[in-house]
Amino acid sequence: MGLEYVKISPGFERYMPRDYVDLVKMGQFGRQVDVMDLGQFKELVEDHPMCAGCYMAYFIRIFYASLPNPEDTIVLGTAGCARLALSQAAVPFIYGNYGDTNAVASGLKRALTIRFPDKHKDVVVIAGDGGLMDIGFGMTMHSWFRREKFTTIMVDNEVYGNTGGQESGMSPKGVQLKMAPKGKQFDKINAVELAKVAGCVYVAKLSPTNPKRIAKVIRRAILAARHFGPTFIHAYTSCNIEYSIPTREVLADARNREKKDFKFYEWMTDEVKEYFEEMEKKEVKA
Amino acid sequence: MVEQKVVDPDYLILEAPRERKFITGSQAFAEAIKRANVDIAIAYPITPQSETMHLVGDLWAQGYVKDYYRAEEEYGAMSAIAGAVRGGARAFSATSGPGLLRGLEAIVSWPGHRIPAVLGVMTRVVNAPLSIQPDNVEIAYLLHSGLIVLHAENQQDVFDFTLAGFPISEKVDVYLPVVVATEGFFVTHAKGYVELPPEDMKLPPRDPYKAPVPPTDCEIPPARIQRDAPVQKSNFMSYLIHAVWQQEVWSANERARKWIKHYLGGLVEVVNPKAEVFIVASGCAAAQGREAQRYAEMEGLNVGLVKVKSIRPFPAQELREILKDAKAIIVPEHNIVGWLCKEVKAVIPNGERVVEGPRVYGGMTLPVELIMDEIYRVLGIKKEKKTLV
Repeated sequence: MGLEYVKISPGFERYMPRDYVDLVKMGQFGRQVDVMDLGQFKELVEDHPMCAGCYMAYFIRIFYASLPNPEDTIVLGTAGCARLALSQAAVPFIYGNYGDTNAVASGLKRALTIRFPDKHKDVVVIAGDGGLMDIGFGMTMHSWFRREKFTTIMVDNEVYGNTGGQESGMSPKGVQLKMAPKGKQFDKINAVELAKVAGCVYVAKLSPTNPKRIAKVIRRAILAARHFGPTFIHAYTSCNIEYSIPTREVLADARNREKKDFKFYEWMTDEVKEYFEEMEKKEVKA
Repeated sequence: MVEQKVVDPDYLILEAPRERKFITGSQAFAEAIKRANVDIAIAYPITPQSETMHLVGDLWAQGYVKDYYRAEEEYGAMSAIAGAVRGGARAFSATSGPGLLRGLEAIVSWPGHRIPAVLGVMTRVVNAPLSIQPDNVEIAYLLHSGLIVLHAENQQDVFDFTLAGFPISEKVDVYLPVVVATEGFFVTHAKGYVELPPEDMKLPPRDPYKAPVPPTDCEIPPARIQRDAPVQKSNFMSYLIHAVWQQEVWSANERARKWIKHYLGGLVEVVNPKAEVFIVASGCAAAQGREAQRYAEMEGLNVGLVKVKSIRPFPAQELREILKDAKAIIVPEHNIVGWLCKEVKAVIPNGERVVEGPRVYGGMTLPVELIMDEIYRVLGIKKEKKTLV
């Protein structure tokens, strides 16, 4: 059904905004695009009000291009920078209250499972380090403990960017930020290990330097969540404003962090591994 | 599980034959949920609410409710309710006192998100000091949020308000959450007679497409509440959008009147409409007010009772009309702040007629004598103290 609601009713094409017609005719609905073809199809998110040089905006662009089933996907976000772009995309977006994403997603996914037991309706949370690991920590953890079948993506800019640059639990130790005038007093939270312990079936950590790999990870996280349980991606998405990274050095910074504490890491349960091996075998044949 | 057939809400609530049972308030909540065709119920323990959600959990185990879980805490529970309802499900939860306050940020955002759901509120003291006893000060926190707030006097009201809460909540011209509040312990843990319709009948399932704000289920275009929304901008248009949205929530709250009248017979119940002195009360205080009215009548005094069933929308017009010739208006309450007294005073002329109290709080019972004392005082009757109950 998802595809039906995005299509334009016959006779209305000429009255619809050009942008929308392009989205339906040259967009991602109903087909899988290759992220390397970015720029050659109409993307799900184009306009956004994020800062020039924002690496989170780049990651979100790749995210939307990677969705396995955009016409049947619902994205949830919370306060913070990410929702500025998420709310502008051509995919349904829910913004609730502060840090509530994983609780709202739990209710939403269960409702969709009750109502559409034979369909895949992908639910994806994209929230920041503050939303998922500070204010929403309990709800993030418990959605994993309960094995809720949706994907959580943490766009970690290591700071409360949208409120003006305050320390978060994910800021590295020692960094001087607002509300940490003497530098942060404790270590960056190890979100990936928490996710594994809490019951995620697929966990990845990355610095967004390789679009093909990002796309693969996002696709895997969403597919594994459909069938097996909670999945988690921890993505480094620097804040060039609060960390004073010159725009032209944003990618270099991402590469630098990739060599240090954001080495690509992917972990999954045996069950999930088997599922991907089967799936990829079939894809090669096809 | 009894095989249930879907029947028209009007039939189930207003016409179906009823059988009398002697049950607790918690059981009355569960009996309503059993017949309400609920998709998902989300629970979190807090006394005195917990028993209701235990019973609702049993309904899930038996197959009457499709999904159920124990949440991490109230903020998580109430947020998940919002998610489930936006996904098109019919949802129920319940809480008490400190739990209500913990979930409040989520709960008061439901009207703005246009979340039709029913929430049971079994009142309990707000800490500190710690207490688990009934005191309904928490209802004051719900009055300015756009929620529909019904206040149940007894077990029968709990059943009727909860069952009717779903169709009221889901009406296209309402589409707001309904709170069914009642006093913890006094109602939840005490038994009373409840007339119940047959258990082999249930409400029709929720139709999420009959809605002013469609569900987010990728079946139809979603409401873009957030796209170009006020949160994003600081300009006149954004202020205007937010202002209009708030106005619409409160207009919807007003529009619930006709459905409360339809299903519950009105926003108020009046005993002895020609009275000289009125007791205006809600919830358990109305039960005690009812007793005081009865005693007064036995003593030959012209005293009436107005039971306020709906706190939001508030029966302003009704109160003005009923109380226009009242010499005095006594407002007994189970809280220290006197939220009902303030509401009554605000909507009637000559507010000096309103007696502020009697009030009990911290979990105390409300002796009928306290109300009688006020009746004698306003009527200028000097009485020797005597025990009535």
